[in-house]
Amino acid sequence: MDWTLYIYKTIFLFIIFLITLVIAMYSTYGERKVAAFMQDRRGPNRAGLFGLLQPIADGLKMFMKEEIIPLTANRALFILGPSIAMTTAMLTGVVIPWGGTLTIGGREFSMQIADLNIGILYVFAMVSIGVYGIMIGGWASNNKYALLGSIRAASQMISYEIAMGMTIVALILSTGTLSLHEIVEHQHGIHWNIFYQPLGFLIFIVCAFAETNRAPFDLPECETELIGGYHTEYSSMKLGFYLFAEYINMFISSAVIATLYFGGFNMPFIDQLGLSPNLLTLLGSAFFFLKIFGLIFLFMWIRWTLPRFRYDQLMNLGWKKLMPLAIFNILATGAYYYFTEFN
Amino acid sequence: MVFLFYFLSAIMVISALLVVSTRSPINSVIYLIVCFITMAGHYILLNAQFLAVVQIIVYTGAIMVLFLFVIMLLNLNKITVPTKTSLTRIAALITGGLFFLVLIAATRLTFEIHPRYAFDSKIGLVSEVGKTLFGEFLLPFELSSVIFISSMVGAVMFGKKDK
Repeated sequence: MDWTLYIYKTIFLFIIFLITLVIAMYSTYGERKVAAFMQDRRGPNRAGLFGLLQPIADGLKMFMKEEIIPLTANRALFILGPSIAMTTAMLTGVVIPWGGTLTIGGREFSMQIADLNIGILYVFAMVSIGVYGIMIGGWASNNKYALLGSIRAASQMISYEIAMGMTIVALILSTGTLSLHEIVEHQHGIHWNIFYQPLGFLIFIVCAFAETNRAPFDLPECETELIGGYHTEYSSMKLGFYLFAEYINMFISSAVIATLYFGGFNMPFIDQLGLSPNLLTLLGSAFFFLKIFGLIFLFMWIRWTLPRFRYDQLMNLGWKKLMPLAIFNILATGAYYYFTEFN
Repeated sequence: MVFLFYFLSAIMVISALLVVSTRSPINSVIYLIVCFITMAGHYILLNAQFLAVVQIIVYTGAIMVLFLFVIMLLNLNKITVPTKTSLTRIAALITGGLFFLVLIAATRLTFEIHPRYAFDSKIGLVSEVGKTLFGEFLLPFELSSVIFISSMVGAVMFGKKDK
């Protein structure tokens, strides 16, 4: 038994969970500040310096509020819904390579919790289980608006999963591996996949928006039609879990996009810097988080810029435009490699 | 590992029993999902990571979502199972018992089967699965994909509105 490795992995796991939670918490603050900036307002600025304590105040408010479980609701499933949403959101971060390897005292410590050789498929598996959180919660509320919201969410997520999976096929064709760590190493320096798979990147990011139920795809919680969507009946911290899971999903999908298309912890001119390997690893991780923050900003930017789709437009986009485009992308990638590498 | 095996098996058997014994359809679907996830756990114990993840994506992530969908839309949560007469019950018990007997007789022989190939512990990993499917079993694999495509086209044809 290699106890140092076990202890290291456990500590690292807690650090990643902590970072995920803190970033998700401050994403709520960031979102309100970005929204305020877009709409020429000030945003939260009362709690603490620049309103920096606002997320803590919000969290406290969520915990303190009265919790109501409707009498007609299915009690067990009503509690199960937000739990699944939160758990699956947290579990996805396990396979993401947050950095290279650190060498401490002659031992190598990888900054990734688990380097599965099916890493990217694991992300998909977690995303597909995440649908149940919304579906079960919406159904258990015993409210027709909640049910409509959850059905919308589920059909939207399974529709966009197909196009998303197909863009991944093209990506795997060009990198030749399913392991996220190897995909990142394949993009060493500035050989990022976005330059080789621009169409795939566009399809993937549209699908990522749909999978996280963010605007312009936030029809499951469309206020003008469905009150609050699948979380209409939820109150207190259970509602908080649903909202929080959305921000965690946004953070994780930004991390996945950065890993797959923006080179993960790679940065340009890394070989020319001439720094020690440990310093480079830490610098790479910092650069990775910079990319993630940029992508989170993109998520917010689009939310406060574009209006919401109509439901039939959403389904048409998913099935009739993105899916054929993704198939075309696979064909084009396959043809390129067939004619360039195997001759 | 042995502990994990028994743990997963216990959850799996209990949830599988609950699938058939609960009265509410939505609960049995949820127990079936639990059963499938533990099955994926068994695949991981057998070092078949690819199979495990595909099991979760396809069965729990797609097929069971559709099951849940239909049950939610039809609102089948009221108990609509008609009570059977005792004659049907006894007949079902006898046929079920006979089937079980046949099953035991059939599986008893499986222990004497000698596999064509020596067991390879890497067979479940994605690269090995790919090489086996696209090398030795290319024709059956392609044929099954043709069958899949035709069934998909058939489903689209059924789903089309009549004009």
